[in-house]
Amino acid sequence: MTTDTALLEVEDLHVTFPARTGTVAAVRGVSFTLGREKLGLVGESGSGKSITGRAILRLVPPPGQVRARRLVFDGCDLQALDARAMRAIRGERISMVMQDPKFSLNPVMTVGEQIAEAYRVHHRAGRREARRRALEMLAAVRIRDPERVYDAYPHEVSGGMGQRAMIAMMLIPGPDLLIADEPTSALDVTVQMQVLAILDDLVSERGMGLIFISHDLNLVASFCDRVLIMYGGRIVEVCDAQHLHEARHPYTRGLLNCLPRIDGDGRALPVLRRDPAWLAPARTAAARTP
Amino acid sequence: MTMRNNTDAAGADVAQAETACVNETWRAWLLSDQPHSRTQARLGCFYRTWAAFLENRLAVFGLAIVLGLVLMATFADVLAPTSPVVGGDLRTERLLPPSAAHWFGTDDQARDLFSRIVHGARLTLLVVALVALIATPIGLLVGTVAGYFGGLIDQALMRVTDIFLAFPRLILALAFVAALGPGIENAILAIAITSWPPYARIARAETLTIRNADYINAVRLQGASSLRIIWGHIVPLCISSVIIRVTLDMAGIILTAAGLGFLGLGAQPPLPEWGAMVASGRRYLIDYWWVATVPGIAIFVVSLGFNLLGDGLRDVFDPKAQK
Amino acid sequence: MTGTMAETASKAMIEVDDLHVTFGRGPRATHAVRGVGFRVAAGESYGLVGESGSGKSTVLRALAGLVEGWRGRMTVAGRVLGPRREAAFYKLVQMVFQDPYGSLHPRHTVERILSEPVAIHRLGAADRRIEQALGDVGLGPQFRYRYPHQLSGGQRQRVAIARALILEPKILLLDEPTSALDVSIQAEVLNLLARLKRERGLTYILVSHNLAVVAHMCTRLAVMNRGTIVEEMTVAQLRRGAPRHPYTKQLLTASRGYDRTAVDAFIDFAEAEAGSIART
Repeated sequence: MTTDTALLEVEDLHVTFPARTGTVAAVRGVSFTLGREKLGLVGESGSGKSITGRAILRLVPPPGQVRARRLVFDGCDLQALDARAMRAIRGERISMVMQDPKFSLNPVMTVGEQIAEAYRVHHRAGRREARRRALEMLAAVRIRDPERVYDAYPHEVSGGMGQRAMIAMMLIPGPDLLIADEPTSALDVTVQMQVLAILDDLVSERGMGLIFISHDLNLVASFCDRVLIMYGGRIVEVCDAQHLHEARHPYTRGLLNCLPRIDGDGRALPVLRRDPAWLAPARTAAARTP
Repeated sequence: MTMRNNTDAAGADVAQAETACVNETWRAWLLSDQPHSRTQARLGCFYRTWAAFLENRLAVFGLAIVLGLVLMATFADVLAPTSPVVGGDLRTERLLPPSAAHWFGTDDQARDLFSRIVHGARLTLLVVALVALIATPIGLLVGTVAGYFGGLIDQALMRVTDIFLAFPRLILALAFVAALGPGIENAILAIAITSWPPYARIARAETLTIRNADYINAVRLQGASSLRIIWGHIVPLCISSVIIRVTLDMAGIILTAAGLGFLGLGAQPPLPEWGAMVASGRRYLIDYWWVATVPGIAIFVVSLGFNLLGDGLRDVFDPKAQK
Repeated sequence: MTGTMAETASKAMIEVDDLHVTFGRGPRATHAVRGVGFRVAAGESYGLVGESGSGKSTVLRALAGLVEGWRGRMTVAGRVLGPRREAAFYKLVQMVFQDPYGSLHPRHTVERILSEPVAIHRLGAADRRIEQALGDVGLGPQFRYRYPHQLSGGQRQRVAIARALILEPKILLLDEPTSALDVSIQAEVLNLLARLKRERGLTYILVSHNLAVVAHMCTRLAVMNRGTIVEEMTVAQLRRGAPRHPYTKQLLTASRGYDRTAVDAFIDFAEAEAGSIART
């Protein structure tokens, strides 16, 4: 990916939270560019991967503070926008899918109404038109019986169905960038694959950019184009997904090695030894990974 | 001379620094992530809660009012300038307005209102404490047992609770007092009997949410008896929300007691009960406003204090209400 | 082959035959487990694999006595289990739960959590036992008086394991013990469980949705779907890619990572029985 086609540029992103003693840095100087590709953001809990995704959309919960040298989306400086302009970008041009659909869908509105509503917020369209679009979108995320799901309330649909509906809702305004924060972690593995296939097709058909935030290295390696590995609020390594298994950084290696394998021999798993040097400023980490 | 002053100042500084240092070690000991004993862990937990409570100004104000009430009740004999029941000269000291001699004025029996308010604090506190001591355990017991066992036991206990809940509290209390005869003890009993059902409801609702939690399953799997599970594992989790509710209810309880007193069914004259004082003062409301107003303000302030305290406790104990 | 089977059966630590579990009554009843049966030999690790709603956890809970309304026959160490469990059962069988955040009492210190089983069974020497149990799971004495909220997920799961081990059981029921943990912590907990099993000759039943975890820990496994066991096999067979049932095959494919072309062939087994299978 060359920079002239870059959809999103993030440079030196910092997120801090005030604490009783000083501040806690959740993200410390993250920089990356994203084209129309599937970018994986991998790390363990507390690595800052989710906060990075939220910071782009200015959705960091208060009292968190976000600052970056550059935060440019499709030629538009996200930091310079006022709250209203940001709202317009959010949803219409950049969407976000969260982990648990049960918490993200409004429990007292039917699934279909919410999707139609999402369409009407960003397009001038009548009720009938919005309904038609919503049904189309439900079919596009491979829900077999869109009419039934349209009239169902969130608690009446299964987890996989809810997550598909959620994705439909996020995609109906036709965003250029989708940030998916562990979109499939709560789902069964086969359903997970089906949801990923939907995302995959949308990226290749619509030329959408996707930031896929996950803790699952193997999944990201098989699904994404490029992977950023985060540790302690920093990116410790960037690699092509295909070559993830040749990763150099000891943290990435450690994470890969400690996964149990179906084909493994059942011997004790190597345990990750954390090195305080990994938390050193980004420059040294960059120097170590050519 | 100056030098000596300096050394003195330095000495004071050192002493101050030392106390600060001692305070700091205490704090560190309390906030330690690695407590060395059960007591330290418990005190640390308490200290954290206390620190969170102190951040809520209104709650601290409420606590101050409640503590003020307790102090007033404890030292009533010292604080009150005259007897609360024996009046002064009926010819010259009846219905005097507030003055330096009688801070809150006097009533129709020539009694000093300030002394009566101060002694009335004892009665109010007695009502509050006894109702809390009677109603809270009943509510907790009924609620946790019903919630934990479910089924028929739950049905039976909750229907009884519903029956009690169906009557307005004051009406039911009135009926009890009418049956038992007027008097402060019977009023307390009547209020206690009518105030436990909401606590049972709360305890049951809490129990239902934690009954199937894995930590309860885990003790069940260790062979713990139902009694041990309810007492050792469920009650400690229900108790905070019940205490919050009891504190918030205190205002209502004081008002009910005052209402019974006002109707002549609670404390009997000449006891300085605030509700009864309002009742006896209402005849002079137009000409001698202070007789009824001062006890009214006392009831209001104490109710407010309990309400603020309850709100503060809720903020500290109930993580669900936090933003 | 038949010889070894008979041998396993004779030494079976756990036997489950035709187990049915129904929740609720009347038309709203759900039949969560439908005729499940398996045997686990002493010292064996047996895996139960399946997706949510497959009934795998319910089987485990029925065995532990946490579920009412089961039918069938279950024996543990030769003793037939009735609707109520006696004290001796709890000294033989213990369980580790999935969510380390939900399985420790939020207002109890580690010491209180660990002393509870000692007090219930009047074992005595609580101090020594607690220290020993903490040491066994790799936690130092500094953790003894902490509250659960002062522990990380992995540390909590270690405490839960210590609590299960303090009664010195022979059988440990593991309900997704690592699914809520980070992978690096998962490795530590799996290693700990493997070590404890080796040292104490424990028998494990491990319930998981993660085939890799089951393959790593167990010698035999059963794959469950919609309340029944669709296939039972050894882990060696699984590694050879020998599963016969289409559901197992699909699960294995999905577990190996994302593969766009494979996904199109997926059948929705959860909804299958009623609609699509009948149609195909």
